[in-house]
Amino acid sequence: MKKTFLAIAPAISLIAGAAAADEVRVYNWSDYIDEELLTKFEEETGLELIYDVFDSNEVLETKMLAGGSGYDIVVPTGTFLQRQISAGAFQKLDMSQLPNAENLWDVISTRTAGYDPDNAYSINYMWGTTGIGVNVGKVQELLGPDAPIDSLSLVFDPANMEKLAECGVHFLDAPAEMIPAALTYIGEDPDSHDPDVIAKAEDVFMAVRPYIQKFNSSEYINALANGDICVAIGWSGDVLQARDRAAEADNGVEIAYNAPTEGGQMWFDQMAIPVDAPNPEGAHVFLNFIMDAENMAAASNYVYYANGNLASQEYLAEDVIGDPAIYPSPEALENLYITTPFEPRVQRTVTRLWTKIKSGT
Amino acid sequence: MRKALVIAIPYLWLLALFLVPFLIVLKISLSDSVLAIPPYAPKLDLSEGWGGLMRFVSELDFENFAFLASDNLYWKAYLSSLRIAVIATFLTLLVGYPIAYAMARAPEEWRPTLLMLVILPFWTSFLIRVYSWMGILSSEGYLNQLLLKLGLISEPLTILNTNIAVFIGIVYTYLPFMILPIYAALEKLDGSLLEAAEDLGCSRTSAFWLVTLPLSRSGIIAGCFLVFIPSIGEFVIPSLLGGSDTLMIGKVLWEEFFSNRDWPVASAVAVILLLILIIPIILFQRNEQRQREADS
Repeated sequence: MKKTFLAIAPAISLIAGAAAADEVRVYNWSDYIDEELLTKFEEETGLELIYDVFDSNEVLETKMLAGGSGYDIVVPTGTFLQRQISAGAFQKLDMSQLPNAENLWDVISTRTAGYDPDNAYSINYMWGTTGIGVNVGKVQELLGPDAPIDSLSLVFDPANMEKLAECGVHFLDAPAEMIPAALTYIGEDPDSHDPDVIAKAEDVFMAVRPYIQKFNSSEYINALANGDICVAIGWSGDVLQARDRAAEADNGVEIAYNAPTEGGQMWFDQMAIPVDAPNPEGAHVFLNFIMDAENMAAASNYVYYANGNLASQEYLAEDVIGDPAIYPSPEALENLYITTPFEPRVQRTVTRLWTKIKSGT
Repeated sequence: MRKALVIAIPYLWLLALFLVPFLIVLKISLSDSVLAIPPYAPKLDLSEGWGGLMRFVSELDFENFAFLASDNLYWKAYLSSLRIAVIATFLTLLVGYPIAYAMARAPEEWRPTLLMLVILPFWTSFLIRVYSWMGILSSEGYLNQLLLKLGLISEPLTILNTNIAVFIGIVYTYLPFMILPIYAALEKLDGSLLEAAEDLGCSRTSAFWLVTLPLSRSGIIAGCFLVFIPSIGEFVIPSLLGGSDTLMIGKVLWEEFFSNRDWPVASAVAVILLLILIIPIILFQRNEQRQREADS
């Protein structure tokens, strides 16, 4: 769930026709891998890798449901994966071709089994949390040194937001993440599928709507790093990338990321093989390659997201494994919740509510 | 025989590139959303023969159209798109006409170069050009920096993420579609007509209003259609340059298709959009034809 942006990103369309048996076509999130791994894969296996990227689950899902995507590996987020499995979009993994699966981390795979029972169709690639990124200096200047930078009240309490509006606040344009956050704030079940409960989120947003500069799921990385905005609800790794960009630029901006103390959402990006993949064998080779402890560690060290691979942890850089924003402590893990996909009718209510919140119509 | 063939070709074109895709969309708009590949039912299975076709037809209904009527979001989005498209087309005409006019009046040896300059931006991807506008219009963008440096403004203007940015985007993107047909009409204009008008006591301005403008009417109409039709369904420009509150039917359609995964409702939105566009055009064409017949 890295960047939900527009469908118009040039998802490089595949030339129709039979793919050669020595090609593996991977469709992953943008900016989500160390590209050296791609070269390494080709050198080690002799297979040709065609690597395309997307930036929204919706775009991926539409390709999956239309059928004939031509990809061998795709990377949907848990809730989307679950729905696509029930639509019959994926094939079961052949575990005999995946010896590296023993590296997987049970803490994560027990949770992903909620989306994919027995993890029969997918393996975890990365996971993370949805939380609050702040420009510490600016927020403390406006709200005082005790500013609740790790609490949802920072972004949902109109008294705080009124002051923060001056320096800019972005919300994710992702109702499946934002509505659970608002429900958590008012003490409701974040995973509620009851339209009446979901409707309560509207008041929460409307109270702070005038102070929100923008609903967008990707611009906040740069905007936080440049100091253009001071608060964003965003995805863990993205905020950490903003933190590092600010540090590199040495512009005096200090960014911090926190999963909310009231409870934060945890999500999982899962690799799966489409039912009509042209080269399922090559797909298994790729999955096995990515589950190699050192390869997976290289990917995490590069993108600042945690992975579901226990063996990789000894190869992780200290600023990744040691950062509680990436790898939360076991107690903090307890405080994270997961959500399940909405039924079509409820989904319509949610989308409609979101349009109303954003556009006032 | 040959005549029939000549007539058949444009109709075949219309059938293959308009009618067949439209019928497919119409068929989906009458079906129901399900969780499957593809995500709608019923599906037409021709192997079952006539009985299969009958059952397929019996399962279609107009439920999705009734749904569109029940929620005010849709007609508000249609109206807002119409409004934006009308204003943007008018602005494009205001900018495009003088350019086309100047090109048509320029010395003949310059014209190919000027024409080239109008077409040249097309060589860069449309998406990149719209993205560049984000860089120009943002609050730290080039435009604001320039205005601040010149001392014209003391605080950056908020242009990006407003409807103004959408208008700028549409005018910029579709300007060549306005200029080219008007230029074509003006270039054909017989200069001696203007001389005659002036000989008969017309001032230069009134000669423009009485002679040039009416004679370029066909170019203006073609240009307006070419700008209006794509801008009403525009998705990329409002989503990149517009704000969260810019309501356009293209964005609503995107949400139906991608966020709600409801292909039938998305198709119903598209069918209505097409009707909104095509009915006025047909009426207009009829009217034109009648006038032509009356003239001759």
